[in-house]
Amino acid sequence: MRPYAYVRARDVEGAVAALAGAPNAAFLAGGTNLVDLMKLGVETPDVLVDVRRLTSDRVEDLDDGGLRIGAAVPNSDLAADRKVRTRYPALSEALLSGASGQLRNLATTGGNFLQRTRCVYFYDTTTPCNKREPGSGCSAVEGHNKNHAILGASQHCVATHPSDMAVAMAALDAFVNVQGPDGERRVPIEELHRLPGDEPQSDTTLRHGELITSVDLPPLGFLSNSKYRKVRDRASYAFALVSVAAALEVEGGVVSDARIALGGVAHKPWRATKTEEALRGEPASGDNFRAAADIELEDAKPLRDNAFKIPLARNLIARTLLDLTEER
Amino acid sequence: MSTAIGGAIGAPLDRIEGPQKATGTATYAYEHPVENPLYLYALHSDVARGRVERIDAAAAEALPGVIAVISHQNAPRLADTRDGELAILQSDEVAFRGQYIGAVVAETFEVARHAASLVRVSYGEQPHDAAFGPERNDLYAPDRLNAGFATDTEEGDVDAALAAAAVTLDETYTTPMEHNNPMEPHTTVALWEAGDLTLYESTQGAHTARRAMARLFGLDRNRVRVVAMHVGGGFGSKGLPHANTVLAVMAAQVVEGRPIKFALTRQQMFSCVGYRTPTVQRIRLGADEDGRLTSTSHDVIEQTSRIKEFAEQTAYATRTMYATGTRRTTHRLAALDVPVPSWMRAPGEAPGMYALEAAMDEMAAKCDLDPIEFRVRNEPGFDAETGLPYSSRNLVACLREGALRFGWEDRDPTPRARREGRWLVGTGVASATYPVFRLPGSRVRVRYRGEGRYAVEIGAVDIGTGTWTALTQIAADALGVGVANIDLRIGDTELPQASVAGGSSGITVWGSTIFEAARAFRERHGQDPSEGDTAEAGTPENAETENYAMHAFGAYFAEARVNEDTGEVRIPRMTGVLAVGNVINPKTARSQLIGGMTMGLGMALHEESLVDPRFGHVVNHDFAEYHIPTNADVGEMDVAWIDEDDPHVNPMGSKGIGEIGICGSPAAVANAVYHATGIRVRDLPITPDKLLG
Repeated sequence: MRPYAYVRARDVEGAVAALAGAPNAAFLAGGTNLVDLMKLGVETPDVLVDVRRLTSDRVEDLDDGGLRIGAAVPNSDLAADRKVRTRYPALSEALLSGASGQLRNLATTGGNFLQRTRCVYFYDTTTPCNKREPGSGCSAVEGHNKNHAILGASQHCVATHPSDMAVAMAALDAFVNVQGPDGERRVPIEELHRLPGDEPQSDTTLRHGELITSVDLPPLGFLSNSKYRKVRDRASYAFALVSVAAALEVEGGVVSDARIALGGVAHKPWRATKTEEALRGEPASGDNFRAAADIELEDAKPLRDNAFKIPLARNLIARTLLDLTEER
Repeated sequence: MSTAIGGAIGAPLDRIEGPQKATGTATYAYEHPVENPLYLYALHSDVARGRVERIDAAAAEALPGVIAVISHQNAPRLADTRDGELAILQSDEVAFRGQYIGAVVAETFEVARHAASLVRVSYGEQPHDAAFGPERNDLYAPDRLNAGFATDTEEGDVDAALAAAAVTLDETYTTPMEHNNPMEPHTTVALWEAGDLTLYESTQGAHTARRAMARLFGLDRNRVRVVAMHVGGGFGSKGLPHANTVLAVMAAQVVEGRPIKFALTRQQMFSCVGYRTPTVQRIRLGADEDGRLTSTSHDVIEQTSRIKEFAEQTAYATRTMYATGTRRTTHRLAALDVPVPSWMRAPGEAPGMYALEAAMDEMAAKCDLDPIEFRVRNEPGFDAETGLPYSSRNLVACLREGALRFGWEDRDPTPRARREGRWLVGTGVASATYPVFRLPGSRVRVRYRGEGRYAVEIGAVDIGTGTWTALTQIAADALGVGVANIDLRIGDTELPQASVAGGSSGITVWGSTIFEAARAFRERHGQDPSEGDTAEAGTPENAETENYAMHAFGAYFAEARVNEDTGEVRIPRMTGVLAVGNVINPKTARSQLIGGMTMGLGMALHEESLVDPRFGHVVNHDFAEYHIPTNADVGEMDVAWIDEDDPHVNPMGSKGIGEIGICGSPAAVANAVYHATGIRVRDLPITPDKLLG
């Protein structure tokens, strides 16, 4: 690990200012991913600005009936929050399906969004990786890519986004509140993460020095009929092969609204808008769910090792929607 | 041979060192307090083949706290360079990616690691070959296999019998490269002072490590001391000496007088401490109308390293397992630019019995027989490998007892016929065997300390299996005293020499030797000795090995649930019934068998080292991506053993249990997955992608 300076700012403004003048500084919250990457030489910040205690660590009701989650809320607290469990169960389930109890105690809501990919080549500084070292090449395109993207990838990067929480947030239409050198802004979750394109080194649209301060969940009633389902190579403590977060509203046997996001398939939480559109107004049935899933997956471009993700994603979407139909 | 049993052997004694381990006071190698230590961080090759052309260590050496940067340019010359794995830093040659090409020694671990990242190395890279596969045209037959077994065997005309068989099977099974990954990484604390070398070492054999280091560094054996009081697992990877210890000793020699501390990171555990070779196993079986095997052929392809041969005995169990009219086993190797494979829990039996027992499951179906009945029908009367009768062989009893415990009766053999919700449910069975190995060269000293207490001394190592406790129990019965009267001393080359903790041989060898030393002590000093009375003995010969083949046997059962939508596999319960002779300590034995079965579950469903042949190394080299079972993957583990009286095997009547847990259990899981789904995955591990149609 490279030597680095550790700084504790007085407040959010101070933290943001500390990064503004230091292009190679980084925020430190739970550190569950950043510190590992520093040990491996993947991340090499020269200054760490501790933001763990600067933002709210509480989950609070918003006037519009939604929720505001402070960026410092630990993953374990957020998963256990009664309001989250009853009004946005998919979020609680997503959090509990990630990492381990110890990690969830340390990891924060803001930090969870900013996990780096688990692509093995990104983690290994002896192999080329465009995300780690732009221009060096992508080892995964023709390497071991079972865990990699089937949607929205580029020739420069086929990595997937690893967060479970962010997938649920995508399905729940969350907004991320950000404070930066130019003030505050509100980023729809859909616009937080980006596809790799020819700049795979950028996971998100956040600019240097911008700090996530809180997350807002909208007051939509049917989000209480939501679910997160994750498939992985073992029963616990593994990243998703494919995961799905879904919320479904069914009236008189017909789908009136749906929110679906996929994990493990793309460089960002993949909102399945084509599936959602196809479902609205259609009878809630297994056949319709599968057909709607297929529309989204028509664009999938499997790699050597991950063609299985297409049937897996289809089955998972259909099964999750059926469960949400039956449980209603 | 006497099988006189006192009260201690067979008692479920708590681990003697348990409180120390639970309170964190048990001293593992790295924790051993030493004065003024230095820390070593290794430099690994980034190319798979070539030469180190230039090492620029200026930036590293300029870092405050850096004491030395060691490379082939300045490393001590070894006295013996015949072992291609251990003869590191003796030339500029690179033989595999991840090979040690140097080390940084510094005042702290952090400085050493940072300095290592500042060393710039340029290579003259040469084309390498790290792609294992059956299609290669350079496969060769090794002279012998690991543990001295024959490369090929043949009894009768296998091809003719296959051609004439009423029922035949011809399938190929593959198992991946796997890494041992004990919880405690390989660690060494090395002090070189005035020509004496002291090592606190995480090893399965203190004397084995001493022999190797004395030979490599040209030291007299009695100038080398190796201490290994507690070891956090090895699974074979700490059995044979590996280059990490050599690197630590080199550094200790360079900085003479100050101790070197060296612990591998988890990532480094994937390049230099051995692994289980991948295998491709073609199995052909022929049977008559009654389901009796007329031919068995097991042809294995596996890999080794170009710098040192390791030839795993993958088809070994097939030579003894079943009665068959004709039999052939072969082993062929691909020598690649890769690290040297080595022992990993049940080398040979674990991958070999997966293939054989999966094939037996398929063959039972072809013969329209229950898998247990098919195995019983092919139970041999003697060991075909040696021509000797078995000292005891209770496989059938294990299968029958297991069937009762597990609830095998009335099983519908039809695959994919039971479901609970979205989960397809199936059950599977497999047999297990593991030989009773006897390694030479152990000695035990018994000394009377007065007031009823006896010191019993042997340099054996407890790698977490319960050796501290089991040997104390054996010593108590051998001397006819209570366990509280025994002061066991192990884990130090200052004590009488001991064989390596490997091949499930520890209790057989060390226990037999304790009995022999106790007998010698009583012969010389009687029942009422004086303080300081001492006797020492070596491992006695066992004449019965000329008359009997000695193996442990067992049967494993598993229930599999496979999600129809996702291919996820869950194993809610496993049963293991073993015939392992007399069990020394039911508590530690149960723990060890559950551990073996869990590792078998992981072999079936999870473990796989992914080599990227373009680079030549394992790319999923951490515990996030190299999967072993988590608690959530392990369901109910039911372990039992049958009463087995084997008067021939050793004075305790015991057989080793360290490895049999992983022999057969992977096949039981694989067979259950087939029964649940109707999909026969012949390529481990069985991950969801292989079950999604």
